[in-house]
Amino acid sequence: MASSKPKKEFGNMTDASGDELKLLGVWDSPYVNRVQIVLNLKGISYEYIEEDLMNKSDLLLRSNPVHKKVPVLIHNGKPIAESQVIVQYLDDAFPNAGVLLLPSDPFERAVARFWAVYVDDKVGSPWYTILFAKEREEKLEAAARAISAMETIEAAFREKNAAEGAPFFGGDGIGFVDVVLGSYLGWFRVIEKMIGVRILDAARTPLLAAWAERFEAADAVRGVLPDDVDKVIDFLQTFLH
Amino acid sequence: MAGGGGGELQLLGTWSSPWVIRVRVALAMKGLSYEYIEQDLPNLKSELLLRSNPVHKKVPVLIHRGQPVCESLVILDYVDDAWASVGPPLLPADPYDRATARFWANYINDTFVPSWRVLIRSTTAEQRAEAFKSVVPHVETLERAFGECSKGKAFFGGDAAGLVDVALGGHLVWIRVVDEVSGTKLFDEDRFPGLAAWAERFFDLDAVKQVMHDAGEVLKLYKGFLAK
Repeated sequence: MASSKPKKEFGNMTDASGDELKLLGVWDSPYVNRVQIVLNLKGISYEYIEEDLMNKSDLLLRSNPVHKKVPVLIHNGKPIAESQVIVQYLDDAFPNAGVLLLPSDPFERAVARFWAVYVDDKVGSPWYTILFAKEREEKLEAAARAISAMETIEAAFREKNAAEGAPFFGGDGIGFVDVVLGSYLGWFRVIEKMIGVRILDAARTPLLAAWAERFEAADAVRGVLPDDVDKVIDFLQTFLH
Repeated sequence: MAGGGGGELQLLGTWSSPWVIRVRVALAMKGLSYEYIEQDLPNLKSELLLRSNPVHKKVPVLIHRGQPVCESLVILDYVDDAWASVGPPLLPADPYDRATARFWANYINDTFVPSWRVLIRSTTAEQRAEAFKSVVPHVETLERAFGECSKGKAFFGGDAAGLVDVALGGHLVWIRVVDEVSGTKLFDEDRFPGLAAWAERFFDLDAVKQVMHDAGEVLKLYKGFLAK
């Protein structure tokens, strides 16, 4: 169990002093990482609890009985599951925490939600297949699907964000889509080593490659995404029988 | 009828789609007028559909002042945000209750519906029995969810129907049609009294009665699929 204080560089720390926050997670899960990034962005301190997915804690099983998965955020004893639900919850529950992940304009919110759903569906599902499919063929097919999705996302970024001169999907600052897509960046490097395929390739998607560098350089992100590729691959082996 | 009319709101849909019904129920609950444009999918993808949903080329698409919103749950959120002061809210005000509603809407979309659709696609008695067995645990979960969310009231959303009611309710006619053809009863009143009673109340809502597709027509369509 580790106590996590948010990076002090965020200026005013959110006064969540009356609140008790726990995050149940696994260190290399993109879904957990995005929640950690958001907590950092908002300057909210929390207790991080690393779960052993082969031996799930009573707390996890009680807190997410439906899916028994991480991340689970427990706020003053009340559990919230599903990473995108958690991120939106943090916006709702801590509205004065400086950074809001979703924009205030209803249409812009809808655009952000659309792309967040798209990313987890068209990049996240292939990610899972690449990790757990038995046959290399299946992994390669999944990688091709993810690459196609990245090209679609690149076009969207070009038409909107780049056209507006915005460094992030969220505009001047990191937003919902940034943390959702950005949470896979460490894994893209792992996948390159695992199957020799680049999901993010500057030659194919130059805007996203540049965006990725900006995202990973952000204070809220540094130290969160897994960066030791071999450590991730070794850890993954423990889940494959 | 509240604003949103005068050409500023259009819905692209297909009459038989439960995802389109979700949006139509929400718009009816908010009392919004709009132009409904039936799409001839999968035969013909109209210019308007291709322009409005180039990524998925699917319905429903809500077009508000020329700006398209896609994905039914995203549309429901949008309707709630854009017409926050009009009609009843789809999502509760309390952040934790909102998160709970979003969780169950996702469960319905990502877990329950895909499992139930295996039953729709089943053509033999064995397939149907397998599919039904697989979906029942999800119905058990939804029955528990109903108890927790409704807290003794009529709907998942409490006194008034909300996001979760609409997300699940949009599928009710299809659920009944598939039940009739496969000889099953998904929301059986003995096993799942909460859901069975909820379904009746949902069907009774004015907003639902206004827009729900006709069970006879859906049955004809479904039998047509099975015959192919």
